Amino acid sequence: MVKEIERTGIPVVHMCTVTPISMTVGANRIVPTIAIPHPLGNPALSAQEEKALRRKLVLRALDALCTEVSEQTVFEV
Amino acid sequence: MGFKVVHYINQFYANIGGEEMAHIAPQLRDGAVGPGTAFAQVWEDDAQIVKTVVCGDSYFAEHEKEAKEQILAWVDEIKPDFFIAGPAFNAGRYGYACATVCAAVQETGVGVLTGMYAENPGADLKDKVLMVATGNSAAGMRKAAPVMARLALKIMRGEKLGASAEEGYLPNGVRRNFFESKNGAERAVDMLLAKLAGKPFTTEYPMPSFDRVAPAKPLSDLAGATIALCTSGGIVPKGNPDRIESSSASHYGEYSIAGADDLTDATYETAHGGYDPVYANADADRVLPVDVLRELEREGKIGKLHEYYYSTVGNGTSVANARRFAAEYAQKLLSAGVDAVIMTST
Repeated sequence: MVKEIERTGIPVVHMCTVTPISMTVGANRIVPTIAIPHPLGNPALSAQEEKALRRKLVLRALDALCTEVSEQTVFEV
Repeated sequence: MGFKVVHYINQFYANIGGEEMAHIAPQLRDGAVGPGTAFAQVWEDDAQIVKTVVCGDSYFAEHEKEAKEQILAWVDEIKPDFFIAGPAFNAGRYGYACATVCAAVQETGVGVLTGMYAENPGADLKDKVLMVATGNSAAGMRKAAPVMARLALKIMRGEKLGASAEEGYLPNGVRRNFFESKNGAERAVDMLLAKLAGKPFTTEYPMPSFDRVAPAKPLSDLAGATIALCTSGGIVPKGNPDRIESSSASHYGEYSIAGADDLTDATYETAHGGYDPVYANADADRVLPVDVLRELEREGKIGKLHEYYYSTVGNGTSVANARRFAAEYAQKLLSAGVDAVIMTST
């Protein structure tokens, strides 16, 4: 799906936990996330901490969208 | 005399002409013509091309029904033991014609074989019609013709076919059981040693091939950009109004998040059946981070969160379907003026 979006020229960042699959599928900008059932959250944290974590991940994804890449790149958080 | 064979070729291989002669209607010639003579060399007295059907590629593409009827009428008259077409290499119309004619002849009970490049559009029929894998240009004729001839003879004789890798045909989804001389552990270690030594090895479980798309240009003005959210994590409005399947999804949903500041358990849930839904159902922002993007929108860090998000369930969903969903909604994103997309996956 990321490839079909990118084919139109719109930059796309893939936020996922299993980054090897994302690499195989062909995403060019990848941000690793927390866990399969809650990629952008962590139910073990307080609501406030959890939202801060999510904000950090999303900001990283926005960084990725603003970064020129020439090949598949994982943006570690 | 051996088996009687009819061969199908296009105007080019019949030496009639190229594109300018692609309009010619089917015609019947005696004996082998063009690539047919290469089959004959392998067959010697075991089989013989009695007639060659020649048809223009454009004619077939534009008059498929008439062409097929004419060819089937000839086949019915000649009553051959076997029908062979091509090889078509990567010629699209020719490959399509070879595969389609073979499928039609096969239905009358006559054995068939064609040959083409794996990416020829005609190869879509590879599960129906046996096809030898060839190179992508006519330069591969010397290699392809003997493989096709030998495989054809095997079928005519009623011999059992081996695996696609041994016989040279395109994998057609038919599994053939056999006993390996070495067990799986030994084979895996052999393969690993070959890999470590940089020697060639053949995987027993090829992964599907994925094409590549060059990275798009980055955003230059985040504060002015419209960002859209998409997910394969199955986040849907509570009640799953479009009935997106929990696995092997057949469609995707387009949902407005206008005015939504936060996804709560009262308004959103996941339709995904491939992960524990407890956390996403309690707070769908854990999969689709609407709350944070709203915050960033208010702070002016991003221009705007796009009004619609696109969602499907990526659980056992076929690559072909996923591609189709995204190709469709990517056009919508494009025409809505979306500048960048965040795709989340579970």
